[in-house]
Amino acid sequence: MTMATMIETKDLTFYYPAEEGRAATPALREVTVSVEKGSFVAVLGHNGSGKSTLAKHMNAVLLPSNGKVYVEGCDTCDEKLLLEIRRRVGMVFQNPDNQIVANVVEEDVAFAPENLGVPTAEIRRRVDEALAAVGMSEYAVHAPHLLSGGQKQRIAIAGVIAMEPECIVLDEATAMLDPVGRREVLSTIGKLNRELGITVVLITHHMNEAQQADRVIVMNDGCVAMDGTPREIFARVEELRQLGLAAPHTVELMEELNREGMALPLDAITVEECADAICRELGMA
Amino acid sequence: MEPILRVENLTHTYSAGTPFERSAVQEMELTVMPGEFLGIIGHTGSGKSTLIQHLNGLLKPTEGTVYLDGQDIWADAKNIRQVRFQVGLVFQYPEYQLFEDTVYKDIAFGPKNMGLDKDEIDRRVRQAAAFVGLREELLEKSPFELSGGQKRRVAIAGVIAMEPKVLILDEPTAGLDPRGRENILRQIRQYHKEKGNTVILVSHSMEEIAQNVDRIVVLKGARNYMEGTPRQVFSRAEELEAIGLDVPQVTRIAMALRRRGVDIDTAVYTVEELKEALLRLKGGGADA
Ligand SMILES: Nc1ncnc2c1ncn2[C@@H]1O[C@H](COP(=O)(O)OP(=O)(O)O)[C@@H](O)[C@H]1O
Ligand SMILES: Nc1ncnc2c1ncn2[C@@H]1O[C@H](COP(=O)(O)OP(=O)(O)O)[C@@H](O)[C@H]1O
Ligand SMILES: [Mg+2]
Ligand SMILES: [Mg+2]
Repeated sequence: MTMATMIETKDLTFYYPAEEGRAATPALREVTVSVEKGSFVAVLGHNGSGKSTLAKHMNAVLLPSNGKVYVEGCDTCDEKLLLEIRRRVGMVFQNPDNQIVANVVEEDVAFAPENLGVPTAEIRRRVDEALAAVGMSEYAVHAPHLLSGGQKQRIAIAGVIAMEPECIVLDEATAMLDPVGRREVLSTIGKLNRELGITVVLITHHMNEAQQADRVIVMNDGCVAMDGTPREIFARVEELRQLGLAAPHTVELMEELNREGMALPLDAITVEECADAICRELGMA
Repeated sequence: MEPILRVENLTHTYSAGTPFERSAVQEMELTVMPGEFLGIIGHTGSGKSTLIQHLNGLLKPTEGTVYLDGQDIWADAKNIRQVRFQVGLVFQYPEYQLFEDTVYKDIAFGPKNMGLDKDEIDRRVRQAAAFVGLREELLEKSPFELSGGQKRRVAIAGVIAMEPKVLILDEPTAGLDPRGRENILRQIRQYHKEKGNTVILVSHSMEEIAQNVDRIVVLKGARNYMEGTPRQVFSRAEELEAIGLDVPQVTRIAMALRRRGVDIDTAVYTVEELKEALLRLKGGGADA
């Protein structure tokens, strides 16, 4: 391997406690994946496929029933490493309103490092940097509950950044946002990934968000069903459909046109690429 | 035909007279015809939720009038209860408002309030549950045992069970996965088709509005911004993008083709339409 590994799962199986009188079915079945340091990985899959369960293993909120999870080589089952693992891998969840703990933005961002006992001057620096990184410096002394959903999520991300993590896991963090809020959050995490080298694991239902990742993992029934670059994955339209997902409309359109005798490349996934490909096919390029 | 709902010069100001004073709706106009499937779109804060809460009298206009079947709904405040039964409103994230100990009781809550008898309530609960695809055996469960998507369907069933003339859904698919979204939209379409009742769908997703409604009202900054059939509205895709709405990807492909000199109508919004248009251009790819 040439790149360092951020997170690695080995034959990870997980059972939630079974309801009385019912046989337990695993929420994850022998999942082996590794996330490279500095990469941007999108995780897709319909509800119940195991995405959140997998995410919660990435910072030791859940521990494997079987198999192992390593965060930069640290076994998540090792209690002594728990705080260190949580610091290295931060989580942002779906509902922006459930993640805010303080009445002033900067206090909210300072909350986690304060709990870790980071010295005050250091906290000041981190909060300022974190707010700058998510483009929310001017809101430092605002009341979080008056912000838009997208702004609240950026504050939640700043709270994670203030821990100076290596990796951020976002579990449907854009699901409750409108298109403007989604764009804000997405460009924020894209920037953190590119400029600070923070590893990003983005769980989403939006294909156009997954399109921005280096790699797409599709979960189904507790297993990794597909794994590849966005181009490779989205070209597999039929498989996606069977897993309850839809390919981007660019790919769907080209697939339908190919059925009518055109020869378009299904890996032209962006709108501009798709338009270029169609122009060539129409002899207009 | 007379409109079933009409909003005239509506303004709503929250917290009037305080430093927090804010006009969430300003001089809005809206006309809804019987049996129509209307979409209301606009980004967060544009006033969608405030507008629709006026349609069943949950909010009282600061200025302006709301007419239901030609009657000012506030002409006699005693009638507001009746208005709420006729105009059913499903809130945003309604699953947080379930409170009874069984699904059945939650769906029965509205019809019971209407003073219907037991048999009629029972008929309506079962029919509404069927409309939203909730299986019979779920009726005796606690709503808290259900998945997020199921809870949302319970909340929708509770409003449908009142058999309102107008059904309004405020962002019914927000936060659901694609399959959950499509399920709910399919059920709403089917409800509209079978009942022929007026449906108003509020959304910030152009894609989902485009596939479903007859007419779209676009709001921006507390005011009316644009209105028309999906085709008319999407033919102004650039303006929509400029106000932060997500124009359907198909429309964006058509726009990108047009920029490259392809003679194509940018008002298309389904894969099917764009495919047909491109095949016609290609000339005889299929026997177009
Ligand atoms: N707290 C829980 N207790 C019991 N079962 C759960 C719990 N959370 C999730 N599950 C089950 O585990 C499976 C995977 O769920 P989850 O990881 O939440 O999927 P996703 O995030 O892809 O929707 C599902 O079958 C779900 O019902
Ligand atoms: N109860 C309220 N009190 C004060 N302001 C409100 C209230 N509800 C909404 N607003 C404000 O009114 C504006 C319109 O909100 P809303 O109607 O909820 O828009 P939308 O549904 O399009 O997101 C926003 O600026 C919002 O902050
Ligand atoms: Mg989940
Ligand atoms: Mg709203």
